[in-house]
Amino acid sequence: MQTDTTHALTPSDNLKETLRTDDLLLNMGPQHPSTHGVLRVVVTTDGEIVKEAHPEIGYLHRCFEKHSENVDYIAVLPYVDRLDYLASMNNSMGYAIAIESLQGIEVPRRAEYIRVIISELQRIASHLMSYGTYGLDMGAFTAFMYGFRDREMILDIFESISGARLLYNYMWIGGTYRDITPEIVQKIKDFLVYFKPKVEEYNNLVTYNKIFLERTRNIGVIDLKTCHTYGLTGVMLRGAGLKWDLRKDHPYSIYKEVEFEVPVGTGQMGTLGDCWDRHIVRMKEMLQSVRIIEQLLDGIPEGPHRAKVGKVIKPPIGEAYSRTECPRGELGFYIISDGSGKPYRVRCKSPCFMNISTLNELSQGVMVADLIATIGSLDIVLGEVDR
Amino acid sequence: MTFEDIFSKLSQKFPQGILGKEETKPDASIKVDPLAIHDILKYLRDELNFETLHMVSGVDYPALSALCVVYHPGSYTHKMIVPLKVYLPRTDEAKVESVTDLFKAANWHERETYDMFGIQFLNHPDPRRILCPEDWVGFPLRKDYVTPDYYNGMPVPLYFEDGAPTKEGAH
Amino acid sequence: MGPGDNVVMTTMDDVLNWGRSNSLWPLTFGLACCAIEMMATGAADYDLERFGCGVFRATPRQADLMIVAGTVTLKMASRIRMLYEQMPDPKWVISMGSCSNKGGPYWQEGYHVLKGVDRVIPVDIYVPGCPPRPETLIEAIMMLQKKIKVQEAALGPIGFARKQA
Repeated sequence: MQTDTTHALTPSDNLKETLRTDDLLLNMGPQHPSTHGVLRVVVTTDGEIVKEAHPEIGYLHRCFEKHSENVDYIAVLPYVDRLDYLASMNNSMGYAIAIESLQGIEVPRRAEYIRVIISELQRIASHLMSYGTYGLDMGAFTAFMYGFRDREMILDIFESISGARLLYNYMWIGGTYRDITPEIVQKIKDFLVYFKPKVEEYNNLVTYNKIFLERTRNIGVIDLKTCHTYGLTGVMLRGAGLKWDLRKDHPYSIYKEVEFEVPVGTGQMGTLGDCWDRHIVRMKEMLQSVRIIEQLLDGIPEGPHRAKVGKVIKPPIGEAYSRTECPRGELGFYIISDGSGKPYRVRCKSPCFMNISTLNELSQGVMVADLIATIGSLDIVLGEVDR
Repeated sequence: MTFEDIFSKLSQKFPQGILGKEETKPDASIKVDPLAIHDILKYLRDELNFETLHMVSGVDYPALSALCVVYHPGSYTHKMIVPLKVYLPRTDEAKVESVTDLFKAANWHERETYDMFGIQFLNHPDPRRILCPEDWVGFPLRKDYVTPDYYNGMPVPLYFEDGAPTKEGAH
Repeated sequence: MGPGDNVVMTTMDDVLNWGRSNSLWPLTFGLACCAIEMMATGAADYDLERFGCGVFRATPRQADLMIVAGTVTLKMASRIRMLYEQMPDPKWVISMGSCSNKGGPYWQEGYHVLKGVDRVIPVDIYVPGCPPRPETLIEAIMMLQKKIKVQEAALGPIGFARKQA
């Protein structure tokens, strides 16, 4: 007995015509819980597979550069704080270093110590936030709660030194706004004692969790060549395996004098440079920050906490490009001075701006859910992307 | 390798393209002919190990009636950045070749420079505005930019000169 | 008396207002720096859930409170208007932070910043601060709850008619 199966299995040309599928254009954002702000991603999907994902930015363009040209050098600091609002201390430190190199201000040793301690604390706070929100993106609400709980302790320390919880205006040109007291040093020590074992707990809770692993490994893989052509820095670069940290390779402030390691991605759980590698680099960096603070806390030298700087800063005519290692990468400030009291041009090179521009490259052919994992691992702050 | 080494190598290789040094303090930069910038960046990338481009930005000089594009190529091998400057006329003819084919980082930076200064980048794959909306008028970071009174029916300044929150009869 | 024998005498207004004020569902809508403080309010230390206000919804169609947390730009303004219109009645708006109140530090040269979200949507409570502390936001939510409790819920245009004293 013979049945004609060939006819049933191959659809006729007519059927092919009627069953033609289309790409679906999906609009993600600007209001979306997983875009970490007002980012819009125009996604073209073929079924559940992402074909293209084009980020559209500018929904938080707050005219930072225009403002800086119209106020004097010191008044730019509050705007700088509001760029990357999760790492205000690091931002304003970068700006202050740029102005100091432009004018040739020598920062007192005590101020350098305070600056490094505070900016490393801020790095921990920022990475905790990243840990919490990335956990939230991957469905772990507990991570969010734990991350915020510990972050609040750092914010308490910052509140006692500067008076504000989120945007501090603490790093001034030539030093810091206020001195720190022995009580605050003790507070920081107490926090470090509390915090050090927590990192392992968080790793056990989320980083090595089976579900988290499956959702992040081999996803969003980025190799070193792509990193270079896109100008990626910071955790993205270290996650892809390059041992590059400005604190080591281009040291500023007193980072020359402290010992720490630069954690890099190893492809331990999947491919080198995947989302999980970036996550583990952040977790390891927190421990390194703890190590830096511990080395500095006991040896803070006596002296002034701020160099003698006039109320009006008038740097000589010149240009400076300074870059510092922020939690999200290299934050650069390109400042042109024309000798007057206001900057002629301030250009902020933000790391997130470059990180998010890779999204289309990273999300070729992944599932829609993996797109969320990729965006989360970039750890973007839209205030800095749009400026 | 120092800044001087890079400068001498570049001026040997491109005697026409390198227009000189700008001895600004603390960071000096190299002045480059607009027609040669693409070749020079290619040479820097392929021969001198400048793997990445950190930044492309614009500067407006109304006094010189010039627009300036500043490139910051960076090297992980030499641990340095060499700023390159291109001066363009401050007219609608401010055009320079895009370097997006060399460094993908240039794509968004060049879009932003166009958005803020109106400098056009030839052969750019996606020459649109990036931060401001598509229908925005003017280039905000030019020194003579005047903030519009209204955008899409929404008043832009906090108060107008007479103190009223909106202008009578405008919308 | 058994459990079924209780009788509570009240008005329709009071019942509706009581329910609405104690189960505000905010829209997950962070714009800028203030959004971090809004998240901190919802997280471990401040625990917005205590006020029946912690159920952050990701879609406007399930929310009845919009907390505009951050700088509103001109590019974003039309989207905010659209989100507001997608929320079901009755709905309330809290403008959190100086930026969404009046442009904040960006009022002077902010060519791309909307100077006050009340130029596109009506606002019930303005919260000052840059950014406001979580306590301030909680205070604003309690004020809003008081405001809801004196509304004439059952009559008139829902949610917007005030009871005459």
